[in-house]
Amino acid sequence: MTQATTGHDIVGRGAREGGVLFREWFDDLTGASERDEKAAYVFVMGSLVELLRVFDLHTVFPEINSLQTAVRRVSDEYLSLAEDDGFSPDVCGYVKADYGLQLRKGDHPMGTIPPPAVSVFTNACNTYLKWGEIWERMYDSPTIALDVPGTRHARGDTSIEGAGFERDCRYVRHQLEEMIPVLEQVSGKAFDIDRLREVLGLTNRMGRAWRRVLELNRERPAVFDAMMDGTIFLGVANALRGTPQGADYFEDLVEEMETKARLGIGSSVKGEEQHRLIFVGVPCYPIFRRFYQLFTEWGGAFVSSTYTWFASGGLNLDFEYDLDRPIESLAEGLLLSVRQAVDAMLFHDRALIAAIDEFGADGVVYHPVKSCRTVSTGLADSRRSVLEQRDVLCLYIESDMMDQRVVSEAQLKNRIDAFFEGLESRKIRLGSPALVT
Amino acid sequence: MAYAAGVDVGSTQTKAVVVNEDGKIVGRSLIGTGANVVTAAESAFATAVEQGGLSDEEVEFVVGTGYGRYRVTFGDTQITEIVCHARGAAEMFPGTRTVLDMGGQDTKAIRIREGGDVIDFCMNDKCAAGTGRFLQSAAAALGMELGDLGPKALEGKRPVDISTTCTVFAESEVLSWLARDKRIEDILLGVHRSIGSRSFALLRRVGIEDEITFTGGVTRNEAMVEVMNEVLDTEMNVSEESHYMGALGAALFALERIQQGRLPQAVGEVAR
Repeated sequence: MTQATTGHDIVGRGAREGGVLFREWFDDLTGASERDEKAAYVFVMGSLVELLRVFDLHTVFPEINSLQTAVRRVSDEYLSLAEDDGFSPDVCGYVKADYGLQLRKGDHPMGTIPPPAVSVFTNACNTYLKWGEIWERMYDSPTIALDVPGTRHARGDTSIEGAGFERDCRYVRHQLEEMIPVLEQVSGKAFDIDRLREVLGLTNRMGRAWRRVLELNRERPAVFDAMMDGTIFLGVANALRGTPQGADYFEDLVEEMETKARLGIGSSVKGEEQHRLIFVGVPCYPIFRRFYQLFTEWGGAFVSSTYTWFASGGLNLDFEYDLDRPIESLAEGLLLSVRQAVDAMLFHDRALIAAIDEFGADGVVYHPVKSCRTVSTGLADSRRSVLEQRDVLCLYIESDMMDQRVVSEAQLKNRIDAFFEGLESRKIRLGSPALVT
Repeated sequence: MAYAAGVDVGSTQTKAVVVNEDGKIVGRSLIGTGANVVTAAESAFATAVEQGGLSDEEVEFVVGTGYGRYRVTFGDTQITEIVCHARGAAEMFPGTRTVLDMGGQDTKAIRIREGGDVIDFCMNDKCAAGTGRFLQSAAAALGMELGDLGPKALEGKRPVDISTTCTVFAESEVLSWLARDKRIEDILLGVHRSIGSRSFALLRRVGIEDEITFTGGVTRNEAMVEVMNEVLDTEMNVSEESHYMGALGAALFALERIQQGRLPQAVGEVAR
């Protein structure tokens, strides 16, 4: 890490070093593949990476592998391989790209991905279950599916103090305890509870820093773009949670963002922040940079993003692992994070209303994607509800996070331009200073 | 006397409107867009200017709108057709709170404030079912002229169900009803109702509030107007100028620019 500084030279460090760490992580996976070392596959929602680290298993996030093929504009090659094998165009693009990756023996634009010695997932997404079955058939490796109970009714209390939380937590904890012998068998390494404490402590450090970074975007101008920069940060958060490098990275990031806040430096690469926006969903990775520009060229800045909530494995929640009772606490964290991700579909508007108020947002951009119904369900209802409750503008644009074939830039641009024209008009109506002279 | 113009380059047709300093239309034109978008914009503008008895130099400001707005190479700025249709509709019918714009490949539902500020909008996504293109496909299948569809559909008594949601398949569905000896009038009424139902769903997404103003090229189709009035259970505002509403809105924005020295909605031109 760069030595901490207090001036402008600190700006951009998070993005630069995030890229380096990400590259090193893929290099490590390539090395693991070459040395035939064991890797565990795990997902960003309901991540159990802390437990896997105790057994020194390399961790692979298939969702990150897949989105990287889209960012690097080769996802179509992987998707086609899966579709040639009978997968429907409607099946999740992440699954299909990963299937193509497995057919290519792990050959990925970032390196070589080792096959799964074991895969671990929860029911946070229905597709995870079917995805795991694919690996089971391909590699005959064990899959561990954890059933995490969701909220039972619309006004359910999902907090740690809520009724039934302890019972649900016990149910999850028993599943974790059943999982440990399987991981011991796969890794050939005995479970070490002190090592788990150490790893959870590192995640606690990362979580504290992550929440501070998110909170700092209440500043005007916002110190980072929650869609573009936020995605880089998310990648590091998922790949390196429970590691010293990950914790250090986010503590350094807090320093950078606090410096930016102090100096009044915003996220925008050109021009001033004109509109504060909240992004809902998964970004459009096949044209990621251009997608971002479609907003920034109007002075739009994403001050918050639901992606940094539901895809952060619970880091956004005001929760820390209790190191005196690591297994129980791991179960609590898993229950809370999966519930939060899944409940987001049921109570979507509540969190958005809170974010609009907290971050002073002018508009909300909904981006449902063809590939993922889990994150796209209910967005139209959420939009209607938000419009009824707050004087903001909402944009609803559809594309995909993987499949270039369903991304129409002209259609996106037309809608985005009209959205900003509306925001400008609203600004003038509300008496803001004229922006054009 | 100051003059301003709006040029709306749509997927099928290009419209141009010239207004005087009172916002009154002094010239208009409508031509097929064709393959050369730049030429279409130039021709439409030249014709509208000529109709107004003006020279190009007398038009002080031009706003391009529609999908081809960035190809209005002589234009001073660009504004999306969503905002322009809203502005045009509010000018023509000041009580307008909801706009339904049905064009060649897009249908838009727009909710607006008094004066034309856009509150919310929705458009058909990816598929052109529910747009003018759907009518073109039906006309092709029946070997009819587009302009004859409306009057014929109005003669329908028992509309067939057009179940497809795909414009490409509309042609084969129409043919399958013909093969079952259904009357052309009933098939056409079914086609119009199918579009009406999709448009209604779009309107519901933004919230329907009276008055509703119907804009775009499909407003010239009497059957579509009647079907939409029936579906909405109200009488929509439709005018002779409905087809030109996007170009009119663009021209009015251009006029504001001349009069106020700035264009409220065009902040993007600064950022870009």
